[in-house]
Parts: sequence; C-alpha cells; structure tokens
Amino acid sequence: MSKIFETPLYPYTRHPDQDAATPARHKVIVIGAGPIGLAAAIDLANQGVEVLVLDDNDKVSFGSRAICFAKRQLEILDRIGSADPFVERGVEWDVGKVFFDEREVYKFDLLAEEGHRRPAFINLQQYHFENFLVDRVRELQSQGAPIEIRGQNKVEAIGQHDDHVTLEVETPEGSYTIEADWLIACDGANSPTRRMLGLDFVGRVFEDNFLIADVIMEADFPTERWFWFDPPFNKGQSALLHKQPDNVWRIDLQLGWDIDKEEEKKPENVIPRLKAMLGEDVKFDLEWVSIYTFQCRRMEKFRHGRTLFAGDAAHQVSPFGARGANSGMQDTDNLVWKLKLVMDGKAPESLLDSYSSERVYGADENITNSTRSTDFITPKSDMSRLLRDAVLDLAEDFEFARPLVNSGRLSVPCTYDGSSLNSADALAGPDISRPGSPCPDAPLPDGFLLDLLGDKLTLLTIDADGPESFEEDGIEVKRLALSVRDDPTLALQRRYLGSAASGVYLIRPDQHVAARRETFDEPLFRAAVRRATGKE
Amino acid sequence: MSDNLILTANIDGADDFYADLLAAHEGLSPEASAALNARLLLVLANHIGDRTVLAEAIAAAARKAK
Ligand SMILES: Cc1cc2nc3c(=O)[nH]c(=O)nc-3n(C[C@H](O)[C@H](O)[C@H](O)COP(=O)(O)OP(=O)(O)OC[C@H]3O[C@@H](n4cnc5c(N)ncnc54)[C@H](O)[C@@H]3O)c2cc1C
Repeated sequence: MSKIFETPLYPYTRHPDQDAATPARHKVIVIGAGPIGLAAAIDLANQGVEVLVLDDNDKVSFGSRAICFAKRQLEILDRIGSADPFVERGVEWDVGKVFFDEREVYKFDLLAEEGHRRPAFINLQQYHFENFLVDRVRELQSQGAPIEIRGQNKVEAIGQHDDHVTLEVETPEGSYTIEADWLIACDGANSPTRRMLGLDFVGRVFEDNFLIADVIMEADFPTERWFWFDPPFNKGQSALLHKQPDNVWRIDLQLGWDIDKEEEKKPENVIPRLKAMLGEDVKFDLEWVSIYTFQCRRMEKFRHGRTLFAGDAAHQVSPFGARGANSGMQDTDNLVWKLKLVMDGKAPESLLDSYSSERVYGADENITNSTRSTDFITPKSDMSRLLRDAVLDLAEDFEFARPLVNSGRLSVPCTYDGSSLNSADALAGPDISRPGSPCPDAPLPDGFLLDLLGDKLTLLTIDADGPESFEEDGIEVKRLALSVRDDPTLALQRRYLGSAASGVYLIRPDQHVAARRETFDEPLFRAAVRRATGKE
Repeated sequence: MSDNLILTANIDGADDFYADLLAAHEGLSPEASAALNARLLLVLANHIGDRTVLAEAIAAAARKAK
C-alpha cells in the first residue's frame, strides 16, 4: 500500500516561466510547502492575491513531526477554509497523566471551556495536516483562485531589491529566474533563505537527545497524554506516549547527551526499549524512528525589506508544548491581511514592521515556555533535579504542587499587549478580550462568533449603536451587531462585556481585538482604524 | 529593599521550631535531607504565595551566595 507520505502531491512539471525571455514577475512567492507556507498561500489566495509556492520536494513532510494542534490553529483553518477534515480525522483528547518513577502522581483534565466551536487540541500527523492543506489549494484552484505549487523547484539564490525580489530556481530540467513583488520565506528551521541573506539565528541548544518513534499498534491505551519522569524503563530520563489517528502512537524517549545516534536508531536497540515501555507482549510496527536535539532560537527581525520570514524559518522551539506549527500559523494569520493592505496601497509598508514586532513578541513567549518545560524535563544541575523531584513527590499528595509540574505548557495564542496597533483599553470589560487578544469564540443562534467575524475588519457592537459600515482612508469596516438577548449561554456577555452594559469592539482581520469601548464614538474609532493599519 | 518580607524575628518559640527542623532531618542520608529541604521550601513558598514576598525572600537568601 502506498502511504500518503510516499505519494508525490505536486510533482514537477515544466512551466512556461522556465522558458521566458525575461523573468516572469509574481505578486507573492512563498518558499516552502510545509504547513506554514501552505497556510500563507491559501490565506493570500482567499484574498484574491496571486501566489506561487516553490518547494524543493514534492511530498508531504517526512518523519515524526507535529502531532498536536491547538484550538487557535483550528480556528485559523476555519477562517481560511474549514477545519472540518482535520477535526474529523484527528483524535481529540483532554486527559493527561503524569508518572514519576513507578507511580502515577496525578491526572489532569484540560477541562476545555464550553462554548467554543473547536476543541482544545486534536492529534493529527503532520503529513495528514499538510495533505488537507494541499486539498484546500486544489479546491481554490478549481474555483479559479490564483494559487500554484511547483514541486522540485529549489530556490538556490536570492537577490533583494527595493521593490522586488529575484530568485534563482533549480529544477530537474535546469535552473530559471523569476521575480516577486514580495517573498515569504517558510523554508523551515534550516532556512536557506536566511543563510542566503546572511541573517542571524541565535538561541540556545539543549544538550539532550530524544528518540521520537511513531509505532503502529492495536493497543487499548486510552486517548490520553502520558508523561513519565524517571520511569523504570528509561531510568533517569523522561518518556511520552500520545495517540494519533490510524492506531499510530507517538513515543518520545529522552536519551541524554552522550550517545551514539546511529546505534540508538537501529531497530535492535529501539525495539527492546519500546517493549520495556509498552509491555513484552504488545505487538507493534515501527513507522518512523528519528533522533532529535532541540533548540530555542529566533531571528532578530522577521521582516527584511521585501522578504518576510514565517514559521520555523523565523523561530524554533523544543516540541514540548506543541508550539512550532501552532505558532507558525499565527505568523501567517498576522501577516497576510497586512501584506494585502500594503499591496493594495491602503496601508504604509511600515505596517509590515508590526508583523515582525508582534510575532517576535509571540515567539519570545513561546521560547520562554518551551525553555522552561525543557529545563523541567531535563534538569541542568543537581539542584534543579532535586527541586524537580521535590515538585513531583509533592504533586502526588498535594494539589498545590501540580501547577509546578511542567511536561509542556500547551500552545495558546499570544495577546499582543503593548502593540503599536492597539488603542488604549476603554472598556471595563474582561481581560481575555482586551486589545491585542485573539477573540474568544462564543455560540450564537446563527453559528459561532468567529465564523461571523470572518477575515474582514469588523466593528462588533454588543447592545450598542453604530454605523452599518464606514470607510476610513480607503479601509472599509463592516458592523456585526449582536445582543446579549441572543446569547443563550451568556458566553458573549462573559467574554466581551463582563460588568459593562454594552461594548463596541474593533476587530482586525486576524480576529485580534484592536480597540474597545462602551459605546461607538466616531472620531475615536476612526483613529483606532488608522492605528490598527499602521497609520498613527 | 524588602518592603513586604518579614526580616525581623517572627517565630514564637524559635528554639522549638529549630528543634523540629533538626528532628525532621534526624537519621536521613544527605540526599534524603536535601530532598526534604526542597519539599519544605516548596510547601512554605506555596503557603506564602505572594510573588513579591517570594522574590524578596530569594534575594535575601541569595545575599550570602557567592
Ligand atoms: C518531533 C517533533 C514534534 C513536533 N510536534 C509538534 C506539535 O505537536 N505541534 C506543533 O505545532 N509543532 C510541532 N513540531 C514543530 C513542527 O513540525 C514545525 O514547527 C513545522 O513543521 C514548521 O513548519 P514550516 O512550514 O515552518 O517548516 P517545514 O515544515 O520545515 O517546511 C519547510 C519547507 O520548505 C522547503 N524548502 C526548504 N528549503 C527550500 C528551498 N531552498 N527551496 C524550496 N523549498 C525549500 C522544504 O522542502 C519544506 O517543505 C514538532 C517538531 C518535531 C521535530
């Protein structure tokens, strides 16, 4: 049976650009058809922007990579298409167990809050994730959207100019040159674009190795996240077991620093380790085995002239917390609407610098969280191990110690506190919807709030007056009028009003709050629109 | 410096407390004693809870560290 990760999804075909006398000029070129490059391209095509994706490969991601996708990412998928195929295929989970030595020290429930369309997390292999994104590209193409993927098109050189970028592209039939008004580099952690432009990528390497295996087995382990500190089958190290669709299980085994990677990867060494963990008589097949070391680092800035970096190319984190692909999609969520306004001449180029500053802020938050998890999982000194073990011992008996246990702080989107696009908070409303926040979802009679918001700048009025639409310096704002009278679960009131009697929100196309106050005040909201689009 | 942290004598029966502390360590190996101290530290820190006080406490204890 041919597996999805073995099937070419966008095989090489010759394109007229390769025979053009003068290099063809594209609106946007995306380098890399990983999850982030594909999401960027789909978002652009949705807005009617012509986009070309170049990838040096022609298949989905190879090997054990992302499995855990967070609610915000599913909401972004809804905005750029539909998260249904992902959620239907994925497995939902909300219980986790923590083991220390031979004991189960405690069990947690993510206790996903009610009243959101999407679950807190799903587990899904990265290759399925990418495959569904390619399906969405094909769907857009069938509707005539200007989006194209070219497989086996490897970018070999980049020239930066004031108003465009030139690319040298290598194909199985030789190389050709093309140009783009804008370039989005989503070419992964080893980003050749970053290297070709001579840019830095500094941070911290964790001196540890992890064996990451995906095994196929018929087993009745529940759909829970199990994390072991110092288990009998991997003394002094950690381990993780997590379920994926199709009877595939993700296993992480910490190996330590001084190991022979090639030796450890051999099935005769891997299989006994897994048997010790899963039980002697459990039957399983290995899908993949890889050994990773992890790093936390980021670029200083994500914008360099006409080149914008997103995803692993811009920042890298250790996987405890599932913040890699999740945060990469928040990058493109943040970037695409800004790029569209700049391309249409409706906002100054400097709006793109806010992409860099907001997402650098997000990357730092993710790096802090993953670094702390890694420091807990891999204590760096005798004292940090002593304290870590004390936390685990106490967690078994006392609830208070459980929040200190850190086997990964699972990905949540960041609030752009202090962003230059925010207007000062002028509503005595709840914290979770303060300016900079991603809008929390809420169930309404006609569907969920986030679906109603979509991807346009919106004036959300809750029991408040306001114009049906208005235009500020070329930027169109449409009203969404809601009332707590149509709020059966009171989620809208709790998440957007708190104790306030009414609320008016200006919401960005990426569904982050730009401004809020109790009532509509035209000059102030016009100023907020200018601010949110980089004009003040 | 320490506006919130109490750095004046605050334990009733200081000698009794100190004896309790030593008694808890009685007969323990150095490793087990270190682990007990670590657990005790975390229990006390949680009881205090206030991050400002905790930060001042860490700073006060760190004064003698090289
Ligand atoms: C073990 C492990 C577990 C993980 N678990 C999670 C998780 O649970 N949740 C999560 O959110 N994230 C997780 N991640 C992180 C996640 O896999 C990455 O963050 C994600 O793949 C980044 O996507 P990307 O599109 O930025 O880069 P990539 O997926 O690396 O894609 C880059 C693309 O660029 C192409 N490319 C490179 N150079 C060129 C070139 N010169 N020309 C043309 N194309 C080029 C490559 O072929 C590739 O297709 C995990 C990672 C690992 C290793």
